[in-house]
Amino acid sequence: MLVRLVLRGLAPAALRSLAPALSAGAVHVSRPLHTSQQHLAPLPPLPETGGKVRHGVIPEEFFQFLYPKTGVTGPYMLGTGLLLYFLSKEIYVINHETLAGLSIVGILIYGIKKYGGNVAAFADKLIEEQMATLTDVKDSMINSLEKAIEDEKKEQWRVEGRHYLFDTKRNNIAMLLETNYRERLLTVYTEVKKRLDYQVAVQHFMRRKEQDHMISWVEQSVRKSITAQQEKESIAKCILDLKMLSRSAQAAV
Amino acid sequence: MADRPVPVKDLKLLDIKLGQLPGWLASRNYSPMGFVNGYRRGYNRFYSKYIDVKKGGIGGIAMLLTGYVLISYIWNYDHIKHERWRRYH
Repeated sequence: MLVRLVLRGLAPAALRSLAPALSAGAVHVSRPLHTSQQHLAPLPPLPETGGKVRHGVIPEEFFQFLYPKTGVTGPYMLGTGLLLYFLSKEIYVINHETLAGLSIVGILIYGIKKYGGNVAAFADKLIEEQMATLTDVKDSMINSLEKAIEDEKKEQWRVEGRHYLFDTKRNNIAMLLETNYRERLLTVYTEVKKRLDYQVAVQHFMRRKEQDHMISWVEQSVRKSITAQQEKESIAKCILDLKMLSRSAQAAV
Repeated sequence: MADRPVPVKDLKLLDIKLGQLPGWLASRNYSPMGFVNGYRRGYNRFYSKYIDVKKGGIGGIAMLLTGYVLISYIWNYDHIKHERWRRYH
């Protein structure tokens, strides 16, 4: 996100118009920044080989420059002529350093011709290894970023299913509420029934107690009302009734 | 191949015609910063053409060393003059 901001902010026209505003900061900018063409794309790769050089020291452009007028041997004739001129006019003086220089140049040429290929191959190998490590880093970074993009897309896809989650949660909560409500209803019912049962039991008990009390009270009053006299008479009557019954029973037999 | 007319001061020395030489010399920047910029430009051109390549050859360093040899000979010529073999050429 920050990279996007930077890239957007680097548009030259926008930045030129921003330049006056920058003078408000601590560093006073007196010249406009970023007026040249911005190369936002990656840099072009290095050229494979450098400019061509003939005999190791003379650029090829010199030979091409002289070719239209003097052909192929022109520069060599020029070189020979210049050399003879310098020697004859002793602009180039032959002294002990000439011998030393010729020996050094000879050894250099021999060494380069013999070992140049090996050194070049070695250097190329070094560069190959460096490039390989860098490309590995780049590739791994690209892979990880692509994976991150994939994961991001997956997460976005997952977001679409969030209504399932919320529906389930809502259902769960509704079920909890329902269960709770029913539990409380049951509690209310049980409590009320307990109280009503209590009242009913109290009533039964009172009834029974009153009945018992009344019966015992009636029995007691009856016993009290039976005097001794009546008791004797009733016993005599019972005996007479028994005799009569026994006579009628004898008669029947 | 007619390009847009490029102003003289932007051309390189080897690209101008002979008649434009005084104008080109007059349009050069001769301040110290100008010299530094000119040196930077030349160095960068040489560097990017002969040294900053994937498979550079011997030419880059060889040209630098040859230039060094030549310049040191020219600077010491007044001293080497005395070792000449003949007096009159």
